[in-house]
Amino acid sequence: MTAAVDRRKTVALTQTPDFTLYGVTLASRLLLGTSQYPSPAILAEAAHASSADVLTVSLRRESARLREGQDFWRLIRDIGARVLPNTAGCYSVKEAVTTAQMAREVFSTPWIKLEVIGEADTLQPDVFGLVEAARILASEGFEVFPYTTEDLVVAERLLDAGCKVLMPWGAPIGSGKGLNNVFGLRALRAHFPDVPLIVDAGVGLPSHAAAAMELGYDGVLLNTAVAKAGDPIAMARAFAQAIQAGRAAFLAGPTQPRDMASPSTPVVGRAVLI
Amino acid sequence: MTVIVNGEPRAVAAGTLAEALQALDYGEARVATALNGEFVPARARAATPVKEGDRIEIVAPRQGG
Repeated sequence: MTAAVDRRKTVALTQTPDFTLYGVTLASRLLLGTSQYPSPAILAEAAHASSADVLTVSLRRESARLREGQDFWRLIRDIGARVLPNTAGCYSVKEAVTTAQMAREVFSTPWIKLEVIGEADTLQPDVFGLVEAARILASEGFEVFPYTTEDLVVAERLLDAGCKVLMPWGAPIGSGKGLNNVFGLRALRAHFPDVPLIVDAGVGLPSHAAAAMELGYDGVLLNTAVAKAGDPIAMARAFAQAIQAGRAAFLAGPTQPRDMASPSTPVVGRAVLI
Repeated sequence: MTVIVNGEPRAVAAGTLAEALQALDYGEARVATALNGEFVPARARAATPVKEGDRIEIVAPRQGG
């Protein structure tokens, strides 16, 4: 009886729409990028298959003749998800802030995925520039989603700057390596139990996404792993399932690993057959 | 006069950023603009003068991760 009640409670918890970013409650804990798909149609189908409520987008130079951006915007609007514009490719505070200002106008949202890149090989954030840009943008009314590392002190500074969500990397963007520093991610989770934390970047497999959720992360943002998969639509579905499973596992209270074996079958009552 | 539009020199007959966008045939496209590295909101384009050699960035929604 008790077990049955507990199970129902767990199911209820996993279904509770308690993933809230800047006051917006989302049903799906997967945030999906829109880049590198084989075609616009496959992007649209993958987005639907992923159940993602948030799609990341960017701003790029528009040609008056080609008007690619206008077509893309129609596609995104038809998918119907909320957009999270990024400042991808910005290496300075100035570029990132100006890009954010332009994004707010074009996408009609105060949300900004703030990237200030510090190094081209790893695409790791310039955390000093990131904090500075976050402070400027927060003071201008932006709701900042900083792409950061798992560094606790940087996280503290970002929160001081006005960020209410943190997005530490799992591994370098596009690397597909998964969670490079589980210890650091676990420490970040423990240190900021009430801040929405999203693993952003480096996720290559559904198992990586599930692992992030099992650590107690609130969501996962990914792009390449779905877009470049053999079948992006099927992979989008696989990620959605993995993230749900990882969340359910976290809520269910995972057991802790141990160094030595521990028999799962009762030892008491074993027949003596010598 | 010649201005630099998205990195390319272009000859336009325009006194303001709004006129430049019309002259460059952007019409009612959903774009954001920056002049010499500074964001210019849509509502300010008509009151923003452009001059020879100015750098104009015109951006629109695009795929992103």
